[in-house]
Amino acid sequence: MNVGKRRKRIRLATVATYAALVCLGTAFTLPFVWMLVTSLKPASRIQKFPPDIIPMQPVNVRLDGRLCEVYRDRRGAELAVLEKLQGGMARVKPVNDTQAPAQIVSLDKLEPAIRPGLEWSNYSKGLVFIPFVDQLRNTLIVSICCVVGTILSCSLVAYGLSKIDWKGRNTLFIIILATMMLPAQVTMIPVFTIFVRLHWVNTFLPLIVPSFLGTPFFIFLLRQFFLGIPRELSEAAKLDGCGDFGIYRRIVMPLSKPALATVGLFTFMGAWNDFLGPLIYLLDETKYTLSLGLAMFTGQYGNEYGMLMAVSTVVTVPIIVLFFFTQRTFIQGMTMSGIKQ
Amino acid sequence: MAKKAKSTTEKRNLRNGLLFCSPVLIGLAALTLYPMLASLYYSFCNYPMLKPPVWVGATNYRTLIHDPVFYKSLANTAYFAVFATPAGMLTAFLLALLLNQKVKGMAVFRTMFFVPSIVPTVAGSVLWLWLLNSDYGLINTILRLAHLPAPGWMNSPAWSKPALILMSVWGVGGWMLIYLAGLQDVPVDLYEAAEIDGAGPVQRMLHITIPFMSPHLFFTLVMGFIGAAQYFTQAFVMTNGQGGPVDSTRFFSIYLFQNAFMYWKMGYACALAWILFTLILLFTLLLFKTSARYVYYGGER
Repeated sequence: MNVGKRRKRIRLATVATYAALVCLGTAFTLPFVWMLVTSLKPASRIQKFPPDIIPMQPVNVRLDGRLCEVYRDRRGAELAVLEKLQGGMARVKPVNDTQAPAQIVSLDKLEPAIRPGLEWSNYSKGLVFIPFVDQLRNTLIVSICCVVGTILSCSLVAYGLSKIDWKGRNTLFIIILATMMLPAQVTMIPVFTIFVRLHWVNTFLPLIVPSFLGTPFFIFLLRQFFLGIPRELSEAAKLDGCGDFGIYRRIVMPLSKPALATVGLFTFMGAWNDFLGPLIYLLDETKYTLSLGLAMFTGQYGNEYGMLMAVSTVVTVPIIVLFFFTQRTFIQGMTMSGIKQ
Repeated sequence: MAKKAKSTTEKRNLRNGLLFCSPVLIGLAALTLYPMLASLYYSFCNYPMLKPPVWVGATNYRTLIHDPVFYKSLANTAYFAVFATPAGMLTAFLLALLLNQKVKGMAVFRTMFFVPSIVPTVAGSVLWLWLLNSDYGLINTILRLAHLPAPGWMNSPAWSKPALILMSVWGVGGWMLIYLAGLQDVPVDLYEAAEIDGAGPVQRMLHITIPFMSPHLFFTLVMGFIGAAQYFTQAFVMTNGQGGPVDSTRFFSIYLFQNAFMYWKMGYACALAWILFTLILLFTLLLFKTSARYVYYGGER
């Protein structure tokens, strides 16, 4: 009896866990669904209460060679609007009986007829409003250069901090760790004045060049990884006449692919996401990255939610696709960053 | 002879070490050390960007003490940090506990909870601007259908910060993964022993899970506070760079940015940056100093 009670309690707990997971899962997923649904609605159907759960489109019919909106009256009869008149009145004709004489009715008593349908024009219009192709190209240039720069610089520095024994390397490591604490706002303004003096404003260089000078967190991550590579490997290579650069290139780098993938992935995401950098340094719309382009578009067309959701979807989907292809690297990287402390 | 060989190795190692570390040495000098000193110097200057900086002593700091917007932005930031960080930690912890229940389909749920955290910040902000729309947003639609009061969210000075906190809770997937990894390291035999001793689920949570998770919780607390102190992009995008309504989302970093790049008061902005840095430093030190009391680091210490 005790066992039965216990089993019952465990089953109840499992049911409760599933219920909670399903509720929370829905709550976390719903925003995405709503983004997609809104992006496929025509402008006239977006600001509605209650909203259409699936995208609906107004129905039109061709009458006497003209496209007419269709309305429905209370009994469900479909009426084609021939002409809208003053005072909310309209001249209408029944859709299924075009020979019938036109009547004049008040539109207030009618509902626009709708049927399910997807409105793709939010995508075509939204992607023309922001110079999408330019901005996508800019984002890719900046992101890829940052990935190359970060992987190159951070791995070199991490090698210098883990595989070469020299005086002062621990001090340097501590200094690098300490700079992680420094808020970007402190250095932002003088760095801006440096790039102004170099005439690099409105180019991608202020966004790319710093990545070639190392990122503290990734240096830390790679150093920890390099320390785990057995010393014997590099000692053996040294006996065979291999220099430090040879060991770095032929032994350490090939063995560190998982860690390098994590660094590359996080750098790519960071660059794709970056807003403050492009906001400060990029001035022309054709030089913007997608994040900045979308923000500026929002500032100008804050009410065009169909288009805004379409562009947001387009900016988000590549990242989610990237996530699904690299889930392992991703989750390992996230937990790695947590375990360190 | 041997000594000489050793010293040549040492010399070579020093040379190679510096060579390999040269990117970060240049980076530290040009993008950290010089900018830090320069920004400290500018904070004592009148520096309208187009003209060279002119030393004005502590004027910027004196202005700051009498600047109501400075206090407002500080209060906004404190409000956000105090509520968003614990709310995020609590949600992430709850999600991690649920996922740790060895249920079927765990990977699917994990993905559902994690994916919001990787949505590009600007796209996420635009999406939430629509979800939080006071007339036709999804959230108020649901509240209205449930006959609950529907607040003005980003149109209301009282509700704009709760709106941003709600949005930040949606993105706690990263913390959830950190907690989940931590939960999987809690020794199972402890739970079994506690159960034999008659400890209920609440006692097991309070005396085993939370102490074992305290390093992870502490880590996210520190990161959360530092992040909240610099909260910028979402509020900037959602209020079109204004920090409205009625300054209710003018966070410290937004005010700093406005001073630097909208009003071109570079000196004043640098003074604000140093205040921010000092506050973050003091607060982090405080957290670390007190951490010995509530953070349990397994066997070591």
